[in-house]
Amino acid sequence: MTAMAEPEVGRARVRKEDERLIAGRTRWTDNITLPGMVHMALLRSPTAHARISAIDTSAAKEMPGVIAVYTGDDLDPGGEVGMPNAWPITPDQKTPRRPMLAQGTVNFAGEAVAAVIARSSAEAEDALAEIDVDYEDLPVVLGLDNAVADGAPLVHEDLGTNTSAEWIFDSAEAGSGGDVQQAISSSEVVVTRRFRQQRLVPAFMEPRSVVVDPTAPQLTMWSATQVPHILKTMVAMTLGLPEHQVRVIAPDVGGGFGGKLAVTPEECAAVVVAQKLGKPVKWTESRSETMVAAHHGRDQMQDITISASRDGTVTGLKVDLLADMGAYLGIVGGGVPVLGAFMFNAIYKIPAYRFSCTTVLTNTTLTDAYRGAGRPEATFGIERIMDELAAELGMDPMALREKNWIAHDEFPYTTVSTLTYDSGNYEAATAKAMQLFDYDGLRREQAERRERGDKVQLGIGISTFTEMCGLAPSRVLGSLDYGAGGWEHAAIRMLPTGKVEVVTGASPHGQGHETAWSQIVADQLGVGFDDIEILHGDTQSSHKGLDTYGSRSLTVGGIAVVKAAEKVIAKARTVAAHLMEAAEEDLEFADGTFTVRGTDTSTAIQDVALAVFAAHNLPDGVEPTLDSEAVFDPENFSFPHGTHLCATEVDTETGRVRLRSYVCVDDIGNVINPLIVEGQMHGGLAQGIAQALYEEAVYDEFGTLTSGTFADYLVPSAMDLPSFTTDRTETAATSNPLGVKGVGEAGTIASTPAVVNAVVDAVRHRGVQDIEMPLSPMRVWHAVHQGNAAAGTEGEAGGGLGSIDPAHGGAQ
Amino acid sequence: MRITVTVDGTGYTDDVEPRTLLVHHLREKLGKTGTVVGCDTSNCGACTVHLNGQSVKSCSVLAVQADGGEVNTVEGLARDGQLHPVQQAFRDNHALQCGFCTPGMIMQSIDLLADNPNPDEEAVREGLEGNLCRCTGYQNIVRAVRDAAGHMRPGAGPAAEQVADGERTTTGARGDV
Repeated sequence: MTAMAEPEVGRARVRKEDERLIAGRTRWTDNITLPGMVHMALLRSPTAHARISAIDTSAAKEMPGVIAVYTGDDLDPGGEVGMPNAWPITPDQKTPRRPMLAQGTVNFAGEAVAAVIARSSAEAEDALAEIDVDYEDLPVVLGLDNAVADGAPLVHEDLGTNTSAEWIFDSAEAGSGGDVQQAISSSEVVVTRRFRQQRLVPAFMEPRSVVVDPTAPQLTMWSATQVPHILKTMVAMTLGLPEHQVRVIAPDVGGGFGGKLAVTPEECAAVVVAQKLGKPVKWTESRSETMVAAHHGRDQMQDITISASRDGTVTGLKVDLLADMGAYLGIVGGGVPVLGAFMFNAIYKIPAYRFSCTTVLTNTTLTDAYRGAGRPEATFGIERIMDELAAELGMDPMALREKNWIAHDEFPYTTVSTLTYDSGNYEAATAKAMQLFDYDGLRREQAERRERGDKVQLGIGISTFTEMCGLAPSRVLGSLDYGAGGWEHAAIRMLPTGKVEVVTGASPHGQGHETAWSQIVADQLGVGFDDIEILHGDTQSSHKGLDTYGSRSLTVGGIAVVKAAEKVIAKARTVAAHLMEAAEEDLEFADGTFTVRGTDTSTAIQDVALAVFAAHNLPDGVEPTLDSEAVFDPENFSFPHGTHLCATEVDTETGRVRLRSYVCVDDIGNVINPLIVEGQMHGGLAQGIAQALYEEAVYDEFGTLTSGTFADYLVPSAMDLPSFTTDRTETAATSNPLGVKGVGEAGTIASTPAVVNAVVDAVRHRGVQDIEMPLSPMRVWHAVHQGNAAAGTEGEAGGGLGSIDPAHGGAQ
Repeated sequence: MRITVTVDGTGYTDDVEPRTLLVHHLREKLGKTGTVVGCDTSNCGACTVHLNGQSVKSCSVLAVQADGGEVNTVEGLARDGQLHPVQQAFRDNHALQCGFCTPGMIMQSIDLLADNPNPDEEAVREGLEGNLCRCTGYQNIVRAVRDAAGHMRPGAGPAAEQVADGERTTTGARGDV
């Protein structure tokens, strides 16, 4: 017997994944080369809305190296194939068919119109220029208000409307709260604001890529995807393939952030082309293609009314959203804004609540999940309007929050939007954050700068957020008309030599599952961290799963691993008792060893594994295997929370914003690996801050994306971000045996309103109540110098690096 | 055109189209897939390699421009099974998540440390401005580069990687870890 080993869970382990990645020993999809492989390139529409009157591919077919050229009608003569939308949010939702290649009309600039297949990618690219397409322009529908206006031209004539669906939650109808109109009309204070959630580009670093090998009876598809399991099932259903003859592999995947939660026309076209030619086909996009053709995120107009009594008690909240879906509905589609319905009430006890969301079609790239998906938008809305309410009441914004939040002794708490928060401690996280931030000291400095009329004003922004994540439970998803469940699968294989293979249905693309899952299993089974291999992302080895998004991997998939380990131990216990000639109930299991209680007779789980492999001496009726699997479907979401505080210096003469300090204290329950958690927080913060300050997908009046490259779409560099102060409190989740909550989206959800609140706070004394995101120097300057009316200007492409005036043509 | 390029210590002679970018030559002809392509406007830096001792974005160099030259990629950094101090520091400091930007980040970090062996935070951020990362928020990358600086000998950098007469140099970039 060895001494009690230090638990793996909680250790700041460096990652198993890194050894390959830092050496360039990687398996990105674009690295894959197969014998006889040909390359696909796609011709994309330069125009946002047009009828295709003719496509002439004859010259392209004569180009060197060209094997075939296909149009939409070539791939799908019947016009029957449409990309899946898995979340019809209402029974009467209008869902336009999204073909693999445009058929009849193009509906956004960047939609694929034809495919060239050639010996090399360069030859395929060359031939695109020889395809002649005749476009007859149709009116371009851009902007939410324009799209829903009476008499607006239609994106899809056959649908008869640009409104896809309207989804409503009303607490009076649900019985979870009062009538919001009544609350508003009888309240002492009412504040109304319109906030704009600009459109963003997920901007994962690895462009999308797919390789399809049709040469074996089971077609194999490698894809840079977050969702290999969903892709397998959806490709089979969409294209009518037998599902058992499709294998999907997500090899190394270079980031996703929701942007690779998709079943794309490009993937489906590659399958059809590979089957037609009987050869492996590769398609890898350029970054310019990613920007116009991979789905975008956010893009909402939020009309919010909050009511309160003079003492700051919130009495009602009414939210009316318009959400821009782009030209088609993606796999989650209208479900993204609907996820926000449950989060506008946030951490507050709000007695009356109504949420309505209208999903709208426009001639733009479609929007779908992007880090946070619906919850960042909601958190922005509520945290911004709480600050506006505080200003209206003349209260400190933190005091207002404290007056309305759920106290730590009120958990579990069922909210006005009907979710039950299992645990949390907003007081503790806030106290720690305020102390790290020196809230009082910064308020003093702010007052001094105001008093002396400093050209650089200081602002303090607060975001006390929670979110629902760990997407599951299946029954709840079902009640919202989502097309699938939310369970996750895991399996553990005990090998004869005592090593362990763990199969997970989660599909990492940077998160560090191999390390974290190894830590979990090491503790559960008492085997070495390095004796564990995590298998994922290949539907042949990991046959069952629902993949990675919505901060679900650990809280759902990680718990499935725990459940599988429990089954392994139960099986091993039976065999160990038999081998040691003891009763099962007399065995203790710790650190990988079964010991007969009160004796020094023991056997290690590795020895049991070998004995089971030999199978010479097993109890009667016991199967010769310890291998076990489990599917976990939680009963509730997980609800991480935190307090984020941001101090900004705003130069009133130039409009430039400098992040002076950023402090966040997050409560994500128990922590498996603090190193990984900190990394998730940093990256999440960077993306949320980028929404506040830098990023915007901008269209000109013709529907051309003018921020169509990394020169114009400002993904922040190291120079654009500060160092963050991150810390944690730990209030264990009660909804799972590890006490864990999700962390992947927290930083992104929380940080955007903290930054905007800070900037508005810095210049509120100049009459500013809002500045539209991103808070470019120009917008901030306008707000400071011309009052609030001018703060929401036309979108600007880029902020510095070769930015392009949208009035004079775009980057395309 | 026929070109000869030494990549990570091995000489390769190939016929290339004049328009071929160095990064495509590395990936598609030489199988050096450790170096990746992240954009098409030279903004992201994922394709950064060293050409004759200086970091370059290999999407902005034609393969023919590298004729007769020496290219070092992330694949050639480890010596005798020992990681380069910058590689080690990236791992120790959790300076990568998805890892797609990492080859370029590491190569650029080595270059910046050659210019400034003891950079402060601001200097690291400035030196990496041409390399984008979407996962980490840069904080741990900055930490890793400064950590690596403490483990590297003065003068270490791309120049130390250059190979003479097929022999690898054994001092310099390898450093003490």
